[in-house]
Amino acid sequence: ALGLGGAPSAFSTDEAVNSLEDITHYNNFYEFGTGKSDPAQYSGSLKTSPWSVTIDGMVDRPGNYGVEDLAPESALEERIYRLRCVEAWSMVIPWLGVPLAGALDKAGVQPGAKFVAFRTLHDPEQMPGQRSRILDWPYREGLRLDEAMHPLTILATGLYGRVLPNQNGAPIRLVVPWKYGFKSIKSVVGITLTDTQPQCSWQMMQPGEYGFYANVNPQVDHPRWSQATERRIGKGLFGGRQDTLMFNGYGDQVAGLYAGMDLAKHY
Amino acid sequence: MVQHLNRWLRHVPVWAVWLLGLVPLGLLVWDALQGHLGVDPVRDIEHRLGRTAIYFLLATLTVTPLLRLTRLNLMRFRQALGLICFAYVACHLVAWVVFDMAFLWAQMLKDVVKRPYLVFGMLAFAMLLALALTSNRFSIRRMGAGWRKLHRLVYPAAILAGVHWLWALKVWESWPLTILGTILLLLFLRLLRKWGWSGVFGVVRRAG
Repeated sequence: ALGLGGAPSAFSTDEAVNSLEDITHYNNFYEFGTGKSDPAQYSGSLKTSPWSVTIDGMVDRPGNYGVEDLAPESALEERIYRLRCVEAWSMVIPWLGVPLAGALDKAGVQPGAKFVAFRTLHDPEQMPGQRSRILDWPYREGLRLDEAMHPLTILATGLYGRVLPNQNGAPIRLVVPWKYGFKSIKSVVGITLTDTQPQCSWQMMQPGEYGFYANVNPQVDHPRWSQATERRIGKGLFGGRQDTLMFNGYGDQVAGLYAGMDLAKHY
Repeated sequence: MVQHLNRWLRHVPVWAVWLLGLVPLGLLVWDALQGHLGVDPVRDIEHRLGRTAIYFLLATLTVTPLLRLTRLNLMRFRQALGLICFAYVACHLVAWVVFDMAFLWAQMLKDVVKRPYLVFGMLAFAMLLALALTSNRFSIRRMGAGWRKLHRLVYPAAILAGVHWLWALKVWESWPLTILGTILLLLFLRLLRKWGWSGVFGVVRRAG
């Protein structure tokens, strides 16, 4: 794999990082199958070059942007983040990426924009999981503009000092560490700035279970399972469970975004 | 052909079925020791035990229809199949308590009464426990007609187990749907006979 490097960041956690094997062989990427090892096994068919991301909607410079335009190698930072899946497991991943805010600035966000909508590639030839209609493809996600502009929110193009493996959402993906993993959309081909709340795949499928915000919150359970605790992957058979932290432990940085909001209602 | 097979089956000892029942467990232990379970062995162990339990439950439910439809007689092995199923159910539950939930009793108790998939799973466990405890000659003799009635619980238990599997997933996956469909089909066959439509299957009456 191609080596990549990134400047260290004050946002990184000093918790023990998961192994590359853990990070690349335990993935939810239903475009390649619903099994945790399916993405590692079947994502070889994804062509990540050439790749472009269409940025449109309420921007001054709509158009197709290359991965290198949005996340130039010289600008990469290493962000070691906790990842908390909605399925109540977690990992620590050393991402390489750039703040999404900077990438959006390249397109020039217009004053009226309030939300950012993201879209994954839709191509059943390359993504065999899309042949079954388990979700309404393409995979879609969205953020409020202030969430998107938050310095913790990044577009990642690598991990563990190398180019992003296909199963982790190559060539470019979103990482929003205080939200459940499904918000961090993979293999992004479209970004649209809009003034209305965008549709998100999981919310479209099961609005009672998956909300627009999907902030990690140990007090608000998934209707079918508890979110109070989580299992850290890679700790072996007797690793046990640990308490899930509000906003996945990023409350100091992001709690202000939700001041005055009822988080049980806006889950 | 079937008669030939049945004659041969009479010589197969029941312990052979028990031995067969140990194979999936042996493979699981082997995979665990060899590190073949992948990144998250907890999930793999728990899910494989649960799936194996439901496969043996299906095998148990298939014995009677097989006899009626094909006259293949596996009756002698049904008790062992049922008990093997229960052994895997028990292991599945222990794996959940020990590896997955790490003895967090408070959270487990709260979840078991609140989460539908856990409610269904636990109800199925309770029913299968009752069946396992009465799967012996002494109970059969003592309970008389009540025994047959009690053991009809195997159908609701199987349906609950199938729903338990489906409900724990984020999307509708085809394999557990197929399993639940098969369980419902077997129940349907059973009800057909109860409703007296057994003539549909020519051989049914003679074989039964």
